[in-house]
Amino acid sequence: MSAPVLAVEGLRTYFFTKAGIVKAVDDVSFSVARGEVMGLVGESGSGKSMTGYSLLGLIDPPGRIVGGSIVLNGVDLRALSAEGLRRMRGNRVAMIFQDPMMTLNPVLRVDVQMIEAIQAHEKVDMSAARQRAREALVKVGIPSPDERLAAYPHQFSGGMRQRVAIAIALLNHPDVIIADEPTTALDVTIQGQILYEMQKLTRDTGAALIWITHDLSVVAGLADRVSVMYAGRIVEQGTAEEVLGVPRHPYTRGLLDSVPSNNVRGVRLKQIPGMTPSLLDLPPGCPFRERCARAKPDCAKSPPLLPQDPAAHAVRCFHPLH
Amino acid sequence: MPCAAFIRCIEPGVRMIARTTVSSDTPLVELRRVSKRFVKSLDIAAKIGNAFGAGVEEQVVHAVDRIDLRVAAGEVVGLVGESGCGKSTLGRLAIGLLAPTEGERLWRGASLTGMSAAEARKAQLKMQMIFQDPYASLNPRLRVVDIVGEAPVVHRVITAKQQVEYVGLMLNKVGLDPTLMRRYPHQFSGGQRARIGIARALAVKPEFLVCDESVAALDVSIQAQVLNLFMDLKAALNLTYLFISHDLGVVQYIADRVVVMYLGRVVESAPAAKLFNQPNHPYTQALLSEVGRVEPKKRTFVPIAGEIPSPLHPPPGCHFHPRCPHAMPVCREVVPALIEVSPRHYSACHLNTVGTQG
Repeated sequence: MSAPVLAVEGLRTYFFTKAGIVKAVDDVSFSVARGEVMGLVGESGSGKSMTGYSLLGLIDPPGRIVGGSIVLNGVDLRALSAEGLRRMRGNRVAMIFQDPMMTLNPVLRVDVQMIEAIQAHEKVDMSAARQRAREALVKVGIPSPDERLAAYPHQFSGGMRQRVAIAIALLNHPDVIIADEPTTALDVTIQGQILYEMQKLTRDTGAALIWITHDLSVVAGLADRVSVMYAGRIVEQGTAEEVLGVPRHPYTRGLLDSVPSNNVRGVRLKQIPGMTPSLLDLPPGCPFRERCARAKPDCAKSPPLLPQDPAAHAVRCFHPLH
Repeated sequence: MPCAAFIRCIEPGVRMIARTTVSSDTPLVELRRVSKRFVKSLDIAAKIGNAFGAGVEEQVVHAVDRIDLRVAAGEVVGLVGESGCGKSTLGRLAIGLLAPTEGERLWRGASLTGMSAAEARKAQLKMQMIFQDPYASLNPRLRVVDIVGEAPVVHRVITAKQQVEYVGLMLNKVGLDPTLMRRYPHQFSGGQRARIGIARALAVKPEFLVCDESVAALDVSIQAQVLNLFMDLKAALNLTYLFISHDLGVVQYIADRVVVMYLGRVVESAPAAKLFNQPNHPYTQALLSEVGRVEPKKRTFVPIAGEIPSPLHPPPGCHFHPRCPHAMPVCREVVPALIEVSPRHYSACHLNTVGTQG
């Protein structure tokens, strides 16, 4: 593995609400190398999106990053001023959100939005910026880019809109792209198209991609490495083959067993009993222990993610499957 | 909820009726050549404009175009397709939430339009729907006891005095704690709300349930719980499902027979095993290649080209021809008929008649 572009160490993002402290992201560490795709998997409320937002400094009060480091190309993003962070955002790190209709400004033409994104970070004249915007649209597979540049977001279909959002993320050739469930709102055939484009783009541009999703099948086909989150913590981490092929954490095993297409027709699905605990009053110890068949008394203590080597197949469990 | 508890709350009556009165070849629900068109009629400005020769036309969406659908008692029919293909409209037509523009709806072989009002209402009560969004489909200002218990009281399935006891029984059946019935929907999680929606549908003792993307909004681990609940209830109450979903993995798991729709028409229909092993229609083949498999092997995504055309201006001939890798001149002109390509396997593709498959 080459040197990581982005290394996150012990990241903690807490929300200080009236009802108590919500530890949305609790001791999250990972790293991604150039051209690598990391899948960040978890169910709703597991803190996967908050991890993505934390990387870009997009946490609003009452939330706050309370600990850890985010090092991008040797620069600690947490030590940067607001202005310094603004220069990074959309330039070195870009984000693609779930709903492209919310990302794009509905009253501005696509070219205006794209040129703005270029000129915010670089001194380029209008025509050169427009040319770059056009190239980006071609790169993500939008037909007749010249007409599309002059169109408004509502004139695009859902899949095309998401392509525009991806094109905007690519404009400044970022080192890291964070994609937060970008295909969840799309139809399967359109999702296939977007995944195809993303796979091609990471290969061509060498950008590292962090793909946040709840869909294990997408991650299985796309990611090099996978981190599984549960209740704000990474519970398992490793290559896609390791995590999805021979999972060690009982939660990962349970998730894989719950996927209908992994099951035989007519046989009851293996389900994880109970539901995700509220992050507000998380009991001490392993947050999964109340739903876990392997739980023993020592699970009342919080297990660490071991081994600590970032390249290893690590698991946060005292009684892993193997 | 354990199986033993289900067996305790089986309604023996429902089982008896379902077994005795339906012969094997009369479908429980049948739609004959139903169409649904949504018309945006001209406003005054357009009408005045037309008087001066502006030539503004009415916009017509053929959401459902002459579809035949038969659901046998005890069967689980999966209805799949992408957004905008008309699968939800077809589900609403089947349940009677929408009136068809053309065509006929039959319940146990009898046309619902030919029935007296009282008979039709009785038949209608046997069909219920479970909606997609467990947040939007429950009235936030009603307590669970009223959400679940209102309809059976109104329809005299139970008396008002029995409501609390009956709702408790229903909640038990779907695996919820009956002591929570005084709560409001916002006090429940997504999975619990889905169960409330199921309890509400079951409360009037239906035989046929339309599940419109009922597990789409749920997390995988909760989705597995709800799918198991669907199968347990089907076994316990002898229910029949029309299961609408865009998730082929879910449909493959739950359905006996699968119907694939594209832009308002059925393109293929077959028993689940057959459809997933030997898809005939190019669209089905393309859809199946996108089914998410959790195999940790990097795969190259081979996308199907193009997008779903607007239902306002569907392409002529076979709706799929602009995206189809096998399109021939005839596909642009003639609508392919749904023909039986092998026993119980229907497909609407010209390749089958021309004989140049592949």
